[in-house]
Amino acid sequence: MSTVTETRPADLPVFAPVARRPFGLARHAAALARRSLIKTMRNPEQLLDVVLQPILFTGLFAFLLGGAVAGGTEAYLQSLVPGLFVMLTLMATMQSGTSFCDDLNSGLFDRFRSMPIGRSAPLIGAAVGDVVRYVLTIVVLLGFSTLIGFRVETDAAHALGAAVLAIGLAFAFSWVFVLFGAVMREPSGVQGLGLVLVMPFTFGSNLLAPTETLPGWLQAWVDVNPASVAMEACRGLLTGGDVTGEVVSTVLWSVGIIAVFAPLAVAAYRRRV
Amino acid sequence: MSYAFQAEGLVKRYGDFTALDGVDLAAEAGTVLGVLGPNGAGKTTTVRILATLLRPDAGRAIVGGCDVVAEAGRVRRLIGLTGQFASVDGELTGTENLALIGRLLDLRGNEIRARVKRLLADFDLTEAARRPVKTYSGGMRRRLDLAAGLMGRPAIVFLDEPTTGLDPAKREELWGVVRRLVADGTTVLLTTQYLDEADALADAITVIDHGRVIADGTPAELKRIVGGQSIVVRPADEADLDKCGAVLATVTGRRVDSPKRGVLSVPVGSDGDFTAVVGELDRVRIDVTELALQLPDLDDVFFKLTGHTAAEETEQEAIAA
Repeated sequence: MSTVTETRPADLPVFAPVARRPFGLARHAAALARRSLIKTMRNPEQLLDVVLQPILFTGLFAFLLGGAVAGGTEAYLQSLVPGLFVMLTLMATMQSGTSFCDDLNSGLFDRFRSMPIGRSAPLIGAAVGDVVRYVLTIVVLLGFSTLIGFRVETDAAHALGAAVLAIGLAFAFSWVFVLFGAVMREPSGVQGLGLVLVMPFTFGSNLLAPTETLPGWLQAWVDVNPASVAMEACRGLLTGGDVTGEVVSTVLWSVGIIAVFAPLAVAAYRRRV
Repeated sequence: MSYAFQAEGLVKRYGDFTALDGVDLAAEAGTVLGVLGPNGAGKTTTVRILATLLRPDAGRAIVGGCDVVAEAGRVRRLIGLTGQFASVDGELTGTENLALIGRLLDLRGNEIRARVKRLLADFDLTEAARRPVKTYSGGMRRRLDLAAGLMGRPAIVFLDEPTTGLDPAKREELWGVVRRLVADGTTVLLTTQYLDEADALADAITVIDHGRVIADGTPAELKRIVGGQSIVVRPADEADLDKCGAVLATVTGRRVDSPKRGVLSVPVGSDGDFTAVVGELDRVRIDVTELALQLPDLDDVFFKLTGHTAAEETEQEAIAA
């Protein structure tokens, strides 16, 4: 057998590699996001949680706690619904981890790995494809809460800003779950861990009761919890008040979370065989 | 001589288990290399290293002139992979699966449409094209998987046990596909557990066992090692076994294996042996219910090369595990 070094591409005119086009990563991620979107649309039951949770939680909290906390359902809704913008989108992110973990267990990802696409493309595709879930949950939330008495006190542009802010934070959070999906073998394990992780962020916030009423240690957590900051920002954007600081802070948190967890997730995906 | 791909001294360990223990193989451009071995021999591990899915612990592999570790990105632009388990998306339709691969390969829209249409037709999937793949039969999924591997017209194609689980007719069809690929100048690596498949398709065969190459050469060379074809006869009346054995021994001049379940078998001595046996059996009026020329199977190859059968080995591994 001759030595390996003899063989150079020049000897092999038959090998015409697939031509490369610019913006590959963006196009590949888009193609994969589209795949995940098609899958979601074909299995609408996957969207059941994001459709039902807004109705369930809004109804539950508003009627159960409204009287006690704010002296009435409608008054409470004005503080609750902006918080739910953040809570519900965060809860919708867990799915990103389980479906990505499922995908990794399938032979399909072997094919992707053997193809000339960026290593981060399948992950970006998975994360972007799930944005439809966050949008849907906000649409249902806004529709249902308006029905039972919630009113946007600012304007459409600010309300849209609140939605974008909440979706942005959820997108950032979904990278944490994509990381879990890449590290863990069992989708059900990802699901379980996801719930444990999401709870302190969503409930350990100023969502249900004013921060001042909480014990000191919990106040400390609520103040640093990015979900609380985002909830405060959404309150301002939906019901009025200057929340520039909170908006900037939420954006920074979102960017920061992505900056930390996206590279970790890609690294975990690369290592996984 | 230009090799389309070549591996030297590939080693892969998983903890204490050595999956590959110094595998060398190579295929000239435009040929089929058959990698033959039982389950757990290291075939899939070898393919995964060549396809850049695994890094070898030692040794190196060059595919299309590029190192699979240092130049993995370039290798990926040259290869098509069809894994042992159909790697297509069950929720998507056949068309959507292929179009997705086309987009990931940077093909243009019209190119994708043309290529998808062509491949679906080639693999007899046009009618099922709009159905989700989860409704496909096993054979259809395999065909789609192979079509997906060919979307980018790869110069080098890795087929990991492409016919395992296919019925004989579909197997023949797939063989036809492989032959067409090679006629177009593609180089193919095909792993298989069947000697007849390697014999039908491969220009060269590498036999691996326990992560080591135990033989390599052309199918003819390999068959010479294992004794080539045998004539297999089942007399209609078991009482004729001895008489029949005598005929076989006389005609071929070889020792006849002791009968197994009423079947006699003798290695073919020369090309005219089979017709001579037919004539002689007819002359001495021995009726037979079975009379065939048979290639040695993987078990025979392994028995000759290693002194034990592939089946025994799998059992031993099962016990060890």
